[in-house]
Amino acid sequence: MKSLTLELNGSKVTREVEPRETLADFLRERCRLTATHLGCEHGACGACTVAVDGQATRSCLRLAIMCDGQSVQTLEGLEDDPTMEVLRRHFHQSHALQCGFCTPGMLMMGRDILLRMTNPNAHTVRDQLSGHICRCTGYSGIVTAIVAAGRELGGPKRPQT
Amino acid sequence: MKAAAFDYAVPKSVAEAAALLGSNGAATAAIAGGQSLLPMLNLRVALPDLVVYLGRLEELKEIAATRTSIRVGALTTHAAIEDGKLPETFGGLMQRVASKISYRAVRNHGTIGGSVALADPAADWPGCLLALGAQVRIAGRKGTRSQPIGEFVLGQYSTSLGADEIITGFDVPRPDATMRWGFSKVVPKSGAFANSIAFAVSHGRGGPAAVVLAAAADRPCLLPAVAKRIEAGEKSEDALRGAIAQDVAKHVAKDDAYLMRLHTSTVLRAVQEVQAK
Repeated sequence: MKSLTLELNGSKVTREVEPRETLADFLRERCRLTATHLGCEHGACGACTVAVDGQATRSCLRLAIMCDGQSVQTLEGLEDDPTMEVLRRHFHQSHALQCGFCTPGMLMMGRDILLRMTNPNAHTVRDQLSGHICRCTGYSGIVTAIVAAGRELGGPKRPQT
Repeated sequence: MKAAAFDYAVPKSVAEAAALLGSNGAATAAIAGGQSLLPMLNLRVALPDLVVYLGRLEELKEIAATRTSIRVGALTTHAAIEDGKLPETFGGLMQRVASKISYRAVRNHGTIGGSVALADPAADWPGCLLALGAQVRIAGRKGTRSQPIGEFVLGQYSTSLGADEIITGFDVPRPDATMRWGFSKVVPKSGAFANSIAFAVSHGRGGPAAVVLAAAADRPCLLPAVAKRIEAGEKSEDALRGAIAQDVAKHVAKDDAYLMRLHTSTVLRAVQEVQAK
């Protein structure tokens, strides 16, 4: 076991971890933060997307121990995030989820897109979301929601929280 | 948790990394961004006893411009290149290539050094760096060395790296002002591994050109007959197709009509992109 210290959703957390534990397993099993979903566990589905030092990250493709000293944000930590607030409302309005399994990853990536790009169009959003799989095939609503959120947020790049 | 158990070390210097990697032979794996190694660990394709994390080696993060070349540290991420963090854009070629690698969340961590060290035949950087004439900078227990990338990559997942060696970075020759490039890639879906990748680089009209085909053979290959046609200013599609067929047939089974058509079209698109500039 190795000692891991990181900033998790704004709070300093120290835990013992096995080197082979992925960040996803660490979040779900040790921290009980289960918004981060595990689909494929090899980087193909996007369900486990979180932010590491503000960068969108597949938590199944990163060892927890590699995040020592870094800052990790999961969906649970973005409840009051201004971008996420708008995005969440548009997901609701555009029926952008069905079973909800892919939703945490879609929201994390949707937020990442909106932080990097101003007012992205549907084509850009589809391209940016191509690493995210929705097995209900509800892509149309998801793309609509992110485009609408981008239109509402408009303006220059917003600071990350 | 899917990976088998392994030990983990975080060296603070290149010398320490070399000592750790050399101590245990093939049962040791170096990890940088981990975007290829983690799936291999999760699928238990890779079963190291010791994983050595290179992410804290500041030397490998160096990005600098010298008089003759651009030094790109091995830990430079695809996303950093996509976002234009290199001091030279190579006419936008490296940015374009970076932006088409996998997905943004993977590009945020995947590194150019890791990509070349793995030497996946379908990877983008080995072919791109070959087209740009880059040198690989390597460090190990015996010191440092530098090798042209065409000699460094030996085949599928095979390089000249010794067990104790790591890539520290790349020296990419500065392009002259008239550098033109073309890039074409066929993927089953955006972000997936490529079926065919072609790079064409031309240094001035009539000047030296390089054409590279990747994802076709066990490593990226130069297409010298096609490069000569670019240098000669050949615009006839028939003549270009002839040269492409001549070069590609050396690397692809000629009786595979689909693969011949596929690789011919990516190379032709890359060449025509150069010529349209």
